[in-house]
Amino acid sequence: MIRLTNVHKWFKDLHVLNGVNLNVHQGEVVVVCGPSGSGKSTLIRTINQLETISEGEIWVDGKNVTDPKTDLNALRAEVGFVFQHFNLYPHLSVLDNITLSPIRVKKMGKAAAEQLAVELLDRVGLAHKKDAFPAQLSGGQQQRVAIARGLAMQPKVMLFDEPTSALDPEMIGEVLQVMRDLAKSGMTMMCVTHEMGFAREVADYVVFVDQGQVVEQAKPEEFFSNPQHERAKQFLRQLRSH
Amino acid sequence: MDFSQIVPALPDLWEGMKLTLELLVMAVVGGIALGTVLALLRLSSNPLLSGFAKGYVNIFRSVPLLLVIIWFYLAVPMLLNWITGDFVPVGAFASCLVAFMMFEAAYYCEIVRAGIQSISRGQVNAAYALGMTYGQAMRLVILPQAFRKMMPLLLQQSIILFQDTSLVYAVGLMDFLSSARSRGDILGLPHEFLLFAGAVYFMVSFFASQMVKRLQKRLAV
Ligand SMILES: Nc1ncnc2c1ncn2[C@@H]1O[C@H](COP(=O)(O)OP(=O)(O)OP(=O)(O)O)[C@@H](O)[C@H]1O
Ligand SMILES: [Mg+2]
Repeated sequence: MIRLTNVHKWFKDLHVLNGVNLNVHQGEVVVVCGPSGSGKSTLIRTINQLETISEGEIWVDGKNVTDPKTDLNALRAEVGFVFQHFNLYPHLSVLDNITLSPIRVKKMGKAAAEQLAVELLDRVGLAHKKDAFPAQLSGGQQQRVAIARGLAMQPKVMLFDEPTSALDPEMIGEVLQVMRDLAKSGMTMMCVTHEMGFAREVADYVVFVDQGQVVEQAKPEEFFSNPQHERAKQFLRQLRSH
Repeated sequence: MDFSQIVPALPDLWEGMKLTLELLVMAVVGGIALGTVLALLRLSSNPLLSGFAKGYVNIFRSVPLLLVIIWFYLAVPMLLNWITGDFVPVGAFASCLVAFMMFEAAYYCEIVRAGIQSISRGQVNAAYALGMTYGQAMRLVILPQAFRKMMPLLLQQSIILFQDTSLVYAVGLMDFLSSARSRGDILGLPHEFLLFAGAVYFMVSFFASQMVKRLQKRLAV
């Protein structure tokens, strides 16, 4: 579903991605973790080309996303992305946030889009908030709306970049629950997150990234109980000491 | 001082005020539209487009408005003649309107540019991630938020434009100030009529500014 081969990225002199190879198959859930500044956000953003790459190839659903001939807008319509800071549209109601792209990009009818939006809001437990504005919601609620907004495009893949790290601790659970349900429904997912419980429960693989490289890739139980690389061991020690 | 003659002159003065307001509204709408286009060019990653917008803004901000008005009065008919090969009569109103629109666009451009830049990068990213094109992201996500934020500044600029419309006297348009002046001259009461005109400009601008301030406070919360 997603394949990265020898992906490099430089920000001027900074070598942020250094030969990344990665495969995510249909229906798999992959968790990406690693120290701050290791390139996780950059990595996940290259998949829907919010970041361009300097070298290598990225294929999503059989399309080469780095090929200039690929229709990026069509590709992005099939790849949901959830941001650390939600990025809901503050000038639109929850319902309009969700229906905007289905109506404008996918040319879905208004009634059908709204029905879909209400169903998705129901799924994330926020049907009663459809007329609220983002500023009236808690962080956890905003993130759940953002997930519903991504799902409304009926994507084939969902990408998450630290979806819970901007949240107060008591709100993390509700967002993880939505993500867990989504994973169990068979969605192909790639999540940058440090939530070990989530990774253990639903991830097929954990990918450990350091200094722009995939250092270790393993099943969650193996990775957490018996990491192979020194840098991964150190990272996990630090994570646990928090 | 004899202000008693002002009341009978009010219908005439109102005609002048109507022209002023008409010119103002059309120039504001056109100026903001053109200014927005310029701002988008200015923010474009294409150096040719952004250079053009930058040059445009610098030129119009470096010349007096009065000169632009007179120049367009002389140049617009010539330009149209040159383009169409026909003699097209252009009234002073149309040439003034074009002059104001193009001049004010330079100022609106800077306001709109700052407004767009004040919207967080995450908003564009979200729009792109949801499949939108650049045009859709601007039209549906960025500009609506930016205009909301910029509204007080755009209105403030338009109040300045309201006062500047009086410069059309230079090409003989009968706006509010010109009609007050000519009435005053005819009746031999130039001071009274000018004072009255000044009071009207002051009141309109002052109260409009107050309203903008209140709007600003409301938007701030
Ligand atoms: N637009 C940019 N221009 C220049 N450098 C950048 C840019 N974006 C990121 N970087 C740099 O690239 C490196 C990797 O950044 P990235 O955001 O991908 O890390 P991360 O693993 O997501 O970190 P965090 O856990 O803090 O989110 C960092 O050193 C960062 O400073
Ligand atoms: Mg990051």
